[in-house]
Amino acid sequence: MENICFTYSGAPVLKDVSLSVRRGEVISLLGPNGSGKTTLIKILLGIYRPLSGTVLFEGRAISAITPKALARRVAYVPQFHRMVFAYRVLDVVLMGRSPHQSFFFRYSSEDRDMAVSALERLSILHLKDKRYTEVSGGERQLILIARALAQGADTLVMDEPANNLDYGNQIRLLDEIRKLSQEGYTFIKSTHFPDHALWIADRVVMLQCGAIIADGRPDDVMNDTSICNLYKTEVAVIRIGGALRTCIPKSILTRLKEA
Amino acid sequence: MTRDSRIVFPVLAGVLMATVLVSLSLGRYPIHPEAVVRFIAWKMHILHADNPKEFQILETILIHIRLPRILSAMLVGAALSVSGAVLQSIFINPLVSPEMLGILAGSSFGAALGMVLASSWILVQISTVGFGMAAVAVAIGLAGLYQGDRILLLVLGGIISSSLFNALFLMMKYLADPYNQLPAIIYWLMGGFSLADPNTTAVLSPPIVTGILILLVLSPYLNLLTMGEEEARSLGVNVPLLRMTFIIVSAIISSLTVALCGIIGWVGLIIPHIGRMIAGPDNRFLLPICVFIGATFLLMVDDVSRLVLPVEIPIGILTAMLGIPVFAVILKNSGKGWGKWS
Repeated sequence: MENICFTYSGAPVLKDVSLSVRRGEVISLLGPNGSGKTTLIKILLGIYRPLSGTVLFEGRAISAITPKALARRVAYVPQFHRMVFAYRVLDVVLMGRSPHQSFFFRYSSEDRDMAVSALERLSILHLKDKRYTEVSGGERQLILIARALAQGADTLVMDEPANNLDYGNQIRLLDEIRKLSQEGYTFIKSTHFPDHALWIADRVVMLQCGAIIADGRPDDVMNDTSICNLYKTEVAVIRIGGALRTCIPKSILTRLKEA
Repeated sequence: MTRDSRIVFPVLAGVLMATVLVSLSLGRYPIHPEAVVRFIAWKMHILHADNPKEFQILETILIHIRLPRILSAMLVGAALSVSGAVLQSIFINPLVSPEMLGILAGSSFGAALGMVLASSWILVQISTVGFGMAAVAVAIGLAGLYQGDRILLLVLGGIISSSLFNALFLMMKYLADPYNQLPAIIYWLMGGFSLADPNTTAVLSPPIVTGILILLVLSPYLNLLTMGEEEARSLGVNVPLLRMTFIIVSAIISSLTVALCGIIGWVGLIIPHIGRMIAGPDNRFLLPICVFIGATFLLMVDDVSRLVLPVEIPIGILTAMLGIPVFAVILKNSGKGWGKWS
């Protein structure tokens, strides 16, 4: 995407944002609340039209690609959402097959098989006949990823996928993302957890007040100063040998050292 | 087709057939169901008549008097239920009914205006449908003026439009001649199939049936739309086009039912819920199920309305009396998400 500007009414939300994503990359968008992460994601998906600038997908402007054709390549995994209607899990995954249908359609048995195998790939086939409203938040996130796989998309755009997930489910989600990225899937995800970027991202993009302030490998861009600058809180990035690293707030670090 | 629906549809179709048969036999002039079956067999040239005269009387009662009424009750029940289910999905809100968007308020005003000003019954019906659609246009137009959550704006536009047409309707009631027109208007509002003459039924059936079929064919998109505007778009759906199609088609068939039999409330709200309890919320199965349940339900209620008392009870009163307790029971399930009863 190139030179994206966006405004809701009056104040610009994104200012001259440029970003290019390579196939198979896991990109983490980091930034405080209101920094424009969600807006950026919705522009990438073609849900919002930018005021100026273009979003290119494999060299073509996405405004020139029909939503249906785009959906076959790019899938959206939304934030945890409350569903009003209690669909069966399999039917939710089956919805991912809709971009592959003609205008008047009924899902075929191949569509069903693809939905089943998507559930299988994420090892959640046992949820198939459960109600979507009654599975846990972590399971929902995995179901939505399964839907993206059934959709046939190879680029998954995720808006804060780990929100509302308990610790175990967050880790399970990260593992699945890493596994799928090794199979060639591209991930663009926003997150509120610097650790998630440190652990699985190939690239970190830091957004502040609608502008990109850093873009690079986690090792290069994520350090005490940059994170502190981003979130206005003192943080230490700790390396535990080699590639292993984690992020700890300094206030907690000091208190623990004193004790 | 799931295993469930392979059982559900034949059962519902059977119940509907039985209800039709019973409804044909019930009336001021009771006819034994067996006689009805023999008559149908004779009509289909399966049975040879021993006594043609008997069948001629039956022909008058069954074909000319009872059948049109039965058909219109089934049609209206199906139309209101399907459009209720569609609107509940479009607004992602299970408490929505065809009253949304001002459809019924507009139709009531149109009917009252027609009764006060026009001399012919056809003009009353045209005015009914016309103002029903006008009310929807006002709601959609108001929503289109502003930026923001489309669904919320449509709901608010509908509230404004309903209030506007209710006010205009009050004015018509005030202006109406209190001896003839006012009672006619009030009676119309309570709904009833004695208003549905065979000719009107014949004229209004094709558009209502077409509308229902369009909604059934497009039903897979409804599921996608219930995921919310942005998600539906990311799944490749042309959201504005499909949403408008669903709203306009359901508005048209709902206001056509008002032209046919006045205002019948509650059907469009509770039948979709009963359908979801039986078959789950998947609109691909829910809509056809609503056709069967809605048709059966309204036919049964109409039987009650014409038989229980020596005078006909307006059907709108009965559907409300039945609908309110059913709805109170349905609320039990609300916490688990709106789906199959378990």
